[in-house]
Amino acid sequence: MNALTRNEREAVARTVLELAVNNHPGVMSHVVGLFSRRAYNVEGILVMPVGDGATSRIWLQVNEDERLDQMVKQIEKLEDVLTVRRHGAEHEVFVRLEEFFR
Amino acid sequence: MSNRNRETLSGAEIVVRLLERQGIRALAGIPGGAILPIYDALSQSTQIHHVLARHEQGGGFMAQGMARATGLPAVCMASSGPGATNLLTAIADAKLDSIPLVAITGQVPRSLIGTDAFQEVDTYGLSIPVTKHNFLVDSAESLLEIIPRAFRIAASGRPGPVLVDIPKDVQNQRVEVDEWPAPGRAVEPPPADPTLVEQAAAMINEAARPILYLGGGVVHSGAAPAAVELAEKASLPTVMTLMALGAMPVDHPLSLGMLGMHGARCTNLALDECDLLIAVGARFDDRATGKVAGFCPQARIVHIDIDPSELDKIKAAHVGIAGDVLTVLEKLLPAVDRRSRATWLSRVGHLKASHPLRMPGIDDPRTPYGLIRAVADCLDDQATIATDVGQHQMWVAQAYPLRRPRQWLTSGGLGTMGFGVPAAIGAALAEPERTVVCFTGDGSILMNVQELVTAAEEDVNVKIVLMNNASLGLVLQQQTLFYGERIYASQFKGMPDFVRVAEGFGIAALDLDRETDPLSALSAALTARGPMLIHASIAISEQVLPMVPPGAANKEMIGG
Repeated sequence: MNALTRNEREAVARTVLELAVNNHPGVMSHVVGLFSRRAYNVEGILVMPVGDGATSRIWLQVNEDERLDQMVKQIEKLEDVLTVRRHGAEHEVFVRLEEFFR
Repeated sequence: MSNRNRETLSGAEIVVRLLERQGIRALAGIPGGAILPIYDALSQSTQIHHVLARHEQGGGFMAQGMARATGLPAVCMASSGPGATNLLTAIADAKLDSIPLVAITGQVPRSLIGTDAFQEVDTYGLSIPVTKHNFLVDSAESLLEIIPRAFRIAASGRPGPVLVDIPKDVQNQRVEVDEWPAPGRAVEPPPADPTLVEQAAAMINEAARPILYLGGGVVHSGAAPAAVELAEKASLPTVMTLMALGAMPVDHPLSLGMLGMHGARCTNLALDECDLLIAVGARFDDRATGKVAGFCPQARIVHIDIDPSELDKIKAAHVGIAGDVLTVLEKLLPAVDRRSRATWLSRVGHLKASHPLRMPGIDDPRTPYGLIRAVADCLDDQATIATDVGQHQMWVAQAYPLRRPRQWLTSGGLGTMGFGVPAAIGAALAEPERTVVCFTGDGSILMNVQELVTAAEEDVNVKIVLMNNASLGLVLQQQTLFYGERIYASQFKGMPDFVRVAEGFGIAALDLDRETDPLSALSAALTARGPMLIHASIAISEQVLPMVPPGAANKEMIGG
């Protein structure tokens, strides 16, 4: 995790990414590795299986950065990633989780 | 392609059968404990010739040589632990140059994974960043889906390496097979946006000073003839990246040869003046562009690439077209006007005449350029030219008259010393009718020298031309130019007797230094069949010029 204070963190523009992926043991490594090897911090991660469990949905909260377009293209190239959608920071998925991080 | 005969087979037998069905006739590797079931099954194959490498990295580069020469996915194998880690460099090299490779590694049995078992390493985790995709196989049955899929992924879109890690118990697991999957083949990429193709054509038609910039993707997609046709129709001066050499014959009137760090002055100066850059299957690598802000500063950019993530990655394109290069060029060709562009071609001609690539010593076979020219004079365009990495590689890239796509095998993106000899062996195995020349240096050859015995064993038609300056020449050159001539750790004090080394490994050797008539000795060596090492000393003072200092703009070249 980075060393920003809470106020500073809130000042940084955020993006929420929603990924549909095949649900198997390697998929998180593939996705997160794209960020870590570029020293691009992932602020929040949420994953749960969807439907019958063949696929999962990954929610990522990341800082807006000039590299974000390239990151999304790289994620789209992963074999096990089916779709990628971009949402603004106002998306409620992480907001609703905040009570677990107090 | 189904076969209704039900059989009970082990995972290992399934792998071998799927490789046979895939059309694999040769593969390279080294056995070890965790991959022995597959080797046992391989021993029963009458279709697959296994080439026993002497180091897994050598095996990986042999497979790369096969893939680069043919364009088809090639296979290498290794056992778990060090076998797999030794393969990684060859896999990473394939990733950076977009080479279709299927690497199959043995893994400890599933019950031992995660226990720090003997020769256990997290091959799956280690290979994620250097593969296009990878698999850890959890059942013999799933091999029927995974192996064809590995080939499909390796060959489709932008090609690349795929690793399949197979635990030993999965190799031994027996399952019933009653139907075989179709072999994995390249999937047709989605069609490019026709409006963008029209826009690109309009930009080309309007441009006064366009340049065509070809990358390795042109070779991969079989688009070299289409690219040459486009250049000729629209009168486009053409530059090539290191990976694209051979796409347009270097002596074609429109060719400006290689661009970038060691390109000719005229090439980089023409780029500096162009008003439109048409990048085709190229990725604006830093060795090609120099300082990006200073690269084609006046130019609008059309960028065509099969990988959408390459568009706008380094330089924003005015028109970026995601699509197969050949298909897009075929669509573009009829929409592009036939033009003579006399003013621009005359300006480029003037640049070529006043700032040509200078090749001192070209007539003296005891100099780098002269040796390369002498080798070329003994061969025709059917020869395949491989290199290692360093000064010799850049001299060959500058001076060898490459005229055929897939004639040129070199480690571009990763720049791996040790690539040359095993890649040349692989190319010679895939295309035994060709003469394969491997230019190497005294630094590079030692990084996979053990494969000389593989060359002897396979009796491949590989001629290794060793340019010996007793140093890591490109390091020494940079220390000379940019580190105040503080030469450190780049000159070898001990120097093997390479002729005896080659002979010790079972390969004939020729020392050009001792020949009174080096040209006729060279000619005899290159026309004889079988592996041979040709040793030639070169002066340590020889530099690769011109050179763009790292981080500088291309027009700030030194020398040449």
